Amino acid sequence: MRLALLRLLFVVALPLVLVTVWWLASDDSTDVYWPPLRTILTTFPDVWTGERLRADVVPSLLRLLAGYTAAAVVGVALGTVIGSYRRVRAVCEPVLEFLRAVPPPVLVPVITLFAGIGDTMKIAVIASGCVWPILLNTVEGVRAVDPVMAETARSYGITGVARLREVVLCSAGPQIFAGLRQALSVGIILMVISEMFAASNGLGYTIVQFQRRFAVPEMWTGILVLGLLGFALSVVFRVVERRVLAWYHGLRASSRRS
Amino acid sequence: MRGANTALGAAGLAGFLALWEAVPRLGLVKDDYFPPVSRVAGALATELGDEAFWTALGDTLTGWAVGLAIAVTAGILAGVVIAVVPHLRAATASTIEFLRPIPSVALIPLAVLLYGTELRSVLLLVVYASFWQILVQTLYGVQDVDPVAEETARSYGLGPWARVRHVLWPTALPYVMTGVRLAAAVALILAVTAELVIGAPGLGQRIAVAQTSQAVPEMYALVVVTGVLGLLINVGARTVERRALAWHQSVRGEVTV
Repeated sequence: MRLALLRLLFVVALPLVLVTVWWLASDDSTDVYWPPLRTILTTFPDVWTGERLRADVVPSLLRLLAGYTAAAVVGVALGTVIGSYRRVRAVCEPVLEFLRAVPPPVLVPVITLFAGIGDTMKIAVIASGCVWPILLNTVEGVRAVDPVMAETARSYGITGVARLREVVLCSAGPQIFAGLRQALSVGIILMVISEMFAASNGLGYTIVQFQRRFAVPEMWTGILVLGLLGFALSVVFRVVERRVLAWYHGLRASSRRS
Repeated sequence: MRGANTALGAAGLAGFLALWEAVPRLGLVKDDYFPPVSRVAGALATELGDEAFWTALGDTLTGWAVGLAIAVTAGILAGVVIAVVPHLRAATASTIEFLRPIPSVALIPLAVLLYGTELRSVLLLVVYASFWQILVQTLYGVQDVDPVAEETARSYGLGPWARVRHVLWPTALPYVMTGVRLAAAVALILAVTAELVIGAPGLGQRIAVAQTSQAVPEMYALVVVTGVLGLLINVGARTVERRALAWHQSVRGEVTV
């Protein structure tokens, strides 16, 4: 009981201290750029409920979801193919390394040329930025499938879809998830950038509008929303990962104990 | 084996370039949007002869290097201090976990208000994004220190500083180096992003200008330049990593094979 309390104290102490310091330090701030935390927090519910939630936050999230899902499907599928055949891998590797090295945000102006400034552009931007970490990690993971396991599966006659699902994707799983996690933060960045660059709605667009109109407390609430969103998505991701890779984490924990 | 792979890779690259040339020429995509690679190469040649291009490249690299240097220094210092001082790790864990996933682009509006298109705007974003990579890797690395080695050093009477230098640092270095490699890539992304969105001088800003003035081949040429830059940074970071870890088993093993 006391241990649990102590642990809770460790978790909440520093955040509380930081928020208090921010609150006190900014309390009688007259600096335009650093409004009091109190003002920011009282502005928050006015700005981010009702109409704006429906018109800006939800579309942003749906685009992120669409782009990310597309990238995950394409990345894992292509990555499995490329990772499974040594020749294919050798042919593709330099091109993939180059495409991955291009900073994803520069795709925004390029894809804007093709797709205008609508939803298609944003989804395409998100997908084409997210796909590389997933693809390359899948290639690595599939390549590193334990040869003994692959041989065992073969001698038991496990082939085709079953082999793909039970042997290849399973043992590449941890690596694939590492790619998915990297892709998530790339996706959020691209979601915001594509909306800042050219858009008529969305979180990035709204926050830039606040900044241009010098609506500073509102702008701060926007920064907070993005922060909370990033945090929430990473928590969701961790929960999903723990579910899917439960066997792997269990294996690692037990091997560490021994 | 290695020769065959290089040949296949070169073939893949040649195929990619041929496809890039053929797709717009055959009219599969409008060449206003997707010019053939030969025209992009021409635009690239013009860019390379332009002094303004080199200034922009210099600006981008300055933002990247200064930001990365600040992030590496701060990340390693904070990581080691957090790891060495008792209880500090437990006390900071929740805050780090909360701050780390905040997308650094959320700071763009703030950077614009505070510093406009100055270098400091770029640095704010670059440092915020790459700091966490280094810090978290440093923490992982310190966690990996063998308790027996640590206890041995302690019983031999090594002071805190000597333990950091001889026990903690060699263990953490491979992790820190991974962090530096990741941070180097992230720093480039954020430097170019800041220039693209905020309009701070650099390659990103030139891409934005090329796009708005419909100079499509130039835009592709600049995108290719950022890709090459990213590639060079990756290769460079790997080389530095190998040098710094030449004594480490993972690298030594690699070389003898």
